[in-house]
Parts: sequence; structure tokens; C-alpha cells
Amino acid sequence: MSEEQEVVTVVNAPVYLQYNFTAGAAPARFLAQLKKGKLTGQRRAEPEAPVYSPPRGSCPASGRPTEQEVELSDKATVQSFTIVYIPIPGNVIEPPFVVANLVADGANISFIHLMSDCDNSEVHIGQRVQAVWKPEEEWDYSMDNIKYFKPIDEPDVPVEKIGKLSVTGQEG
Amino acid sequence: MKDIAIVAYQQSDGVSDAGAVNEVELIMPVLERTFTQARLGSAQDVDFVCSGSCDYLQGAAFAFVAGVDALGAVPPIKESHVEMDAAWALYESILKIRMGHAESALIYGFGKSSPGELPIVLSQQLDPYYLAPQWIDSISLAAMQARLMLDQGLITERDMAEVVSRSRRNAMSNPHAQLAGDVSPEDVLAQATYLSPLRKADCCPVSDGASAVVIATVEKAREWGLPYAIISGIDHRIETHNLGMRDLTDSVSTRTAAKHAGMQDGRVDVAELYAPFSHQEIILTRALGLGAETSINPSGGVLAGNLMMASGLSRIGEVFNRIVGGEAQRGVAHTTSGPCLQHNLVTVLEKA
Repeated sequence: MSEEQEVVTVVNAPVYLQYNFTAGAAPARFLAQLKKGKLTGQRRAEPEAPVYSPPRGSCPASGRPTEQEVELSDKATVQSFTIVYIPIPGNVIEPPFVVANLVADGANISFIHLMSDCDNSEVHIGQRVQAVWKPEEEWDYSMDNIKYFKPIDEPDVPVEKIGKLSVTGQEG
Repeated sequence: MKDIAIVAYQQSDGVSDAGAVNEVELIMPVLERTFTQARLGSAQDVDFVCSGSCDYLQGAAFAFVAGVDALGAVPPIKESHVEMDAAWALYESILKIRMGHAESALIYGFGKSSPGELPIVLSQQLDPYYLAPQWIDSISLAAMQARLMLDQGLITERDMAEVVSRSRRNAMSNPHAQLAGDVSPEDVLAQATYLSPLRKADCCPVSDGASAVVIATVEKAREWGLPYAIISGIDHRIETHNLGMRDLTDSVSTRTAAKHAGMQDGRVDVAELYAPFSHQEIILTRALGLGAETSINPSGGVLAGNLMMASGLSRIGEVFNRIVGGEAQRGVAHTTSGPCLQHNLVTVLEKA
């Protein structure tokens, strides 16, 4: 009897759920500044506290709220990077392209963004880069306001100093 | 075996929409108050941390990992998570202490249900082959359960309205309640049915919020010099996911869990029952055999505010508050999960 039955191996049950997603109060402050063309970070209201960018609302190291806003430079240092050769479905960017972990001057933690206007084979850790912004009229509440980061003619930052520069690009 | 005690409990206000806060921002203020109550500096001062939450609620993958940012996990801490109500995180923490791997633990639960359509989201916890693809929402299933009870003459709509009325009135003394007021059973019965036979008031509201508890061995609680209540028993039982195989008018698993948690070994002064629908409180009260000597849901229960993934932990915390506050000597906290009271966890608390 059972051998006559077709074996069911797949059941299609697509799931669609709708959400009104909110980024959070701290990320909302960050995004509001980004719309004005400013890259910011946040920290506990103590001068020596680490600066997080993008902020999530807490200083993860201490579990305390990041109440103080700090304006950052749009210059950054390459902390790590990868060169993507595989096309990613839905991604408009043609491979190969460079995805990098960058630390903005004045921040103590990296964010991920694209690098371009560069020779991919020459991208390296410690390299200095700067944001290339979209035209101001296109700015939105988005990291996409920055098209990509491009290398600038500044000396490399030694590995042990990455993530420790002040907003002026000097050793903090 | 070492006795384990609760030394702190805090909950945020239940709100229908917490607005533009993310999970970390929801958790941090509650943890801060919990640390103050337990006289701890941070999560570094306990041996173990366990949380309960469900990423489906806010529709953000790995939201529970982001929640860890509220802990201050530098240097690294011992941490775990359950994709369930945090009452089960408390269960895990008790096991951790019983095994001798910790002497104290912080437990927290959080939920931001407002971004999604909660009853629909909860349909996705059903069996994935037969029920989930039908998108049967949690209110419809509860309505079916209430209909069974009404048609069998086990309850009346007035019985249900009396549960709602008592919840609203009790909630008037609960500062964290979302729904409270001097509502009579007649007021409830005058409402139109929402999803027949349920009225809106028979259903718990959708709430955003968090709660937290600190537990420790009794030795540790004494060393800390904090008032505490002893967890004398805890037991969790599950019924089949196949709703057609269950007697939905009873809660066999609650009765079994209560027996194994030792509920019958003494008088029950207070009971906090996780009944998201009014008729379910009646099922639970009967399954537990609670009588007139027991104050049921003095906080208003979850009909006054339902923090998904934290409400179960809050039930335990509310009983702790009654015992430490001197209003009760012994109490029982019940937590549920799944459709129509599928999972049931019973915790018995006693005065030190």
C-alpha cells in the first residue's frame, strides 16, 4: 500500500511577515546627523570613554548608555578588508570590489563600507582613506550618503594605533 | 542540594508601543534598576547571565545578540539565551547553579512586539507542516478553546468577564500595568465580541518591555544581605503540538508540573498565572486546584500587560515581591508558551 504512494519530500510554506522596523533612539540620532553630512559617534558621558560609530545605544564594554555625541572626521583608516570576486544576488556593484572595515578618526570601533578609486591589489591594513559623498541633494538617513572611501596621500597608521586616532587624525 | 533564592526583580512599564527604542535601549534601564536593587555593579558581579527573547517579535535577526550589549560583557562573561520566555532562562540558570557551575545569575527577558502583527507572528510557532501554513493566529485558537468551554457548560461569559474585571481592578495598584481601571463584569459584558466568543477585554494587550531577576544560592543571598524568597520547586511540562489530540478545556501539563514542583506541600497564598486570555485563567485555576485562600493575579496578570518573553519571568518576580513585601508566605508562579497553554512551567516560592 505505502509503496504505491508518492513520497512527499517538500512542502512549500512561504512566510511573509510585515514589520514597522525602528533603528532605535541612538541610531536615529546618528542617522539624523548623517542626513546633514556629518559622521558621528557616541560614548558614555565620560571624556575617556570609547567612541562607537555607528552607535547602537549602549557602550557594550560597560553596558551603559552612550549619551554623548561626538563628531567624527570623514577620514578613516583601513583596519581590515576583503576583495569580493563573486557576484552577490541583488547587489548592483560589479565584482571585483573592496569591502573594508574602516575606523573613522575620532572613533574606536570600525564600520563596514566600500573602497573604490583605488588599485585593489594595493589596498592594505593601515591605509588612510576619505569618504566620497553623494551630492548633497541626495542625502538621506543612510550610510549610502557616502558612495565609498578612496585612498588619500597620508602615511600609513601602524597596526597598534588603528582605532586610536583623534578626530584630527593625530594619535589620540 | 543548595537552596536558591530570588534577590531582585524589576520590570519596565508595559506600553503598547515603545516607539523608537531598540532592544538594548529597552533592556538597559531595567538592568540598571535591577543592579541597584541587588547592589551589583554590573553583570560582571554575577556568575551567569541568561536571557529569553524571540527575534520574530521585532523581526530583527539576532536581536538577542544585540541585547548582550546591555550587559557590559568586557571582560567576557558566561552567557546563554533561550528563544522562549525568560522564565525558562531562569530554569536554565537554576540548573547551572544546581550543577555547581555558578552561585548567582542574572536573568532578563525582553520583547518588542509592536513592530509586527503579534497574533500572526505567533502563528509561526505552530507545527510547520499542517498548522503554520494556514496562518492560524493565536487569538483564533484561544477563541476556539473558549468556545469549547462555553459549549460544554464549563464556563459562562460572565465567568470570563469576572476574570477581566478583577484583573483591571488589581492592576490599579500595579504601576507597570498597561490596562487598569475600575471595570465591572457588566462593563465587560457590554462590549461587543471581537473574535467570537472573545471580547477584546478577554485578550491580553500587545506590550513592549523587559523584566529582570537576580537569583543566588541562599548562602550568597545572605552574604549580600538582601531580602530574598526561596525557589522551593520548579517544573516544566509540555503537551503535544497537535491541538486535536489535546483536551483544550483542561491543562494536564500545568497540573503535572505543579505536582512535581511540590505546590501541594503547603498553603498557596498568592498565584501569578500567565493567562493571556480570560478563560485560560479559569483553566489554570482549576488545574492547580486553587481556592478562596489564594489571591490570584494581584498584579493584574498579563491581561493588564503582556511583555512577550518577559511576562513569565515577571510572574515569578511578582510572587517574589509579595513574599518579600510580607503579604504572602508562599506562592506559585505559572508561565506558559505556545498555543492554548501548550507549555507550562510552575515555580513555587517560599518565605525565607
